[in-house]
Amino acid sequence: MQQFRAFWEPHRIVMAVIFAAIVVWCAMTLRWDWLPDYAPLALEGLWRTIWILVVTIVLGFLLAVPLGLAQAIGPWYLALPAKAFCTVIRGTPLLLQIWLLYYGLGSLFPQYPWIRSSELWPYLRQAWPYAVLALTLSYAGYEGEVMRGAFAGVKRGQLEAAKAFGMPRFTMFRRIWLPQAIRSVLPTLGGETILQLKATPLVATITVIDIYAVSSRVRSDTFIVYEPLLLLAVVYMILAGVITLLFSRFENRGQRRAS
Amino acid sequence: MLHVAASETAAMPETRSEAIRIENLHKSFGSLEVLKGVSLTAQRGDVVAIIGGSGSGKSTMLRCINFLETPSSGRIVIAGEEVAMRPDGSAANRRQLERIRTRLAMVFQQFNLWTHRTLLENVIEVPVHVLKIPRAEAIARAHDLLKQVGLGDKAETFPAYLSGGQQQRAAIARALAVDPSAMLFDEPTSALDPELVGEVLNVIRGLADEGRTMLLVTHEMKFAREVANHVVYLYQGRIEEQGPPDQIFDNPQSERLKQFLSSVY
Repeated sequence: MQQFRAFWEPHRIVMAVIFAAIVVWCAMTLRWDWLPDYAPLALEGLWRTIWILVVTIVLGFLLAVPLGLAQAIGPWYLALPAKAFCTVIRGTPLLLQIWLLYYGLGSLFPQYPWIRSSELWPYLRQAWPYAVLALTLSYAGYEGEVMRGAFAGVKRGQLEAAKAFGMPRFTMFRRIWLPQAIRSVLPTLGGETILQLKATPLVATITVIDIYAVSSRVRSDTFIVYEPLLLLAVVYMILAGVITLLFSRFENRGQRRAS
Repeated sequence: MLHVAASETAAMPETRSEAIRIENLHKSFGSLEVLKGVSLTAQRGDVVAIIGGSGSGKSTMLRCINFLETPSSGRIVIAGEEVAMRPDGSAANRRQLERIRTRLAMVFQQFNLWTHRTLLENVIEVPVHVLKIPRAEAIARAHDLLKQVGLGDKAETFPAYLSGGQQQRAAIARALAVDPSAMLFDEPTSALDPELVGEVLNVIRGLADEGRTMLLVTHEMKFAREVANHVVYLYQGRIEEQGPPDQIFDNPQSERLKQFLSSVY
């Protein structure tokens, strides 16, 4: 009860009332009759946005770890390509990368009969593999740089202690180095994940129907402009909120342990 | 293949009671020669205190024993097994080095407890993940060790929530958990507030009484005198004088040792 009172301070009540008024006004005066017709498609698009985000973040992070490690401690023949990759990815627009992969790489494949007859062809014909690849590489490029700093930032003594006790190198990496590096970059990763979420609409440009593409479809079908966009903004905000919550959860779990 | 032959001869029975032998150890950082040929033997059960001014090479010497620093040349023999070295001084056989390191336990000046793990997790980390001891067994032993160093009630606490003295005692428990054949203490009390030094020294004193083999780099002269049975004075990368504590502290021969003692003791 006390918590409840503490939360509902006057300024918060005012904000909530204003927000509720806006929602009511939107609901009353704007056109929402298209919603039932497009709801199934919207859910499909939402699902696609979410899985593309999750898959590209997981794969991208898995790539970022070796990219960061190569730059932090690798020999030059690993460090240099890793550095070059991160620089190119971070130095070019994501839209360009998506298009290069889809229109460039994607248009090369059909020229080779052995690719066309391979089992992968049904996938290579579609757009989503290129979208996933581009977003994965992009996330890997940014996070590879972040992980480089994270690996380099783990205190020397932490690793020295592991070494002094005869811990094999991979065990040391898995048990000490990686967990400490990840803890230190969690806040950054949370922000980067939200950026990645907001980068996903670009896949609509190569015919992948995500939630953004659905709103465009509504607009071109019905000539209703603002309502789909407003709803879209709300959807992205909710998704971003969920990501923030998840990461602050992880962080709090790590916080107890932080030095 | 020479290394194999060397380590076989080193494992002869007469060396059985020998815990650590350092022979003609040299170490340079670039053009700076820090160790200029140090030889030292510690028998099992010895407590060897290594004293000397800052820059005398005492920490470097200790860190060369488990190859945290790569020696430039020399031989390191642990419990009769020589660490195989390449001509440049680096360890030639990583597995052998890792195996030997598990028998040596180090306690650091900065404690170096793993900050993302509780004290209990710190203590069982090496037994479980390196020595492959069953987890339940390691946990039971870890609780005993934490009790032994007076931290029985802190098992679930993270290092950041402890004082330096408590952290160092936990680090000692972590070192004991591998049941080491020798322990290396690298200035274990130098990073502690003065009022916390005593509690750590008490734990180390207890270990000495147990008959643990220890090499102890320290600035605590009184303590060195009390627990060590052999004291080594390093000066500019060489052993200037060594002997039983009474002789070193009451009847130093070298001028430099006399000067050093008069300034710190």
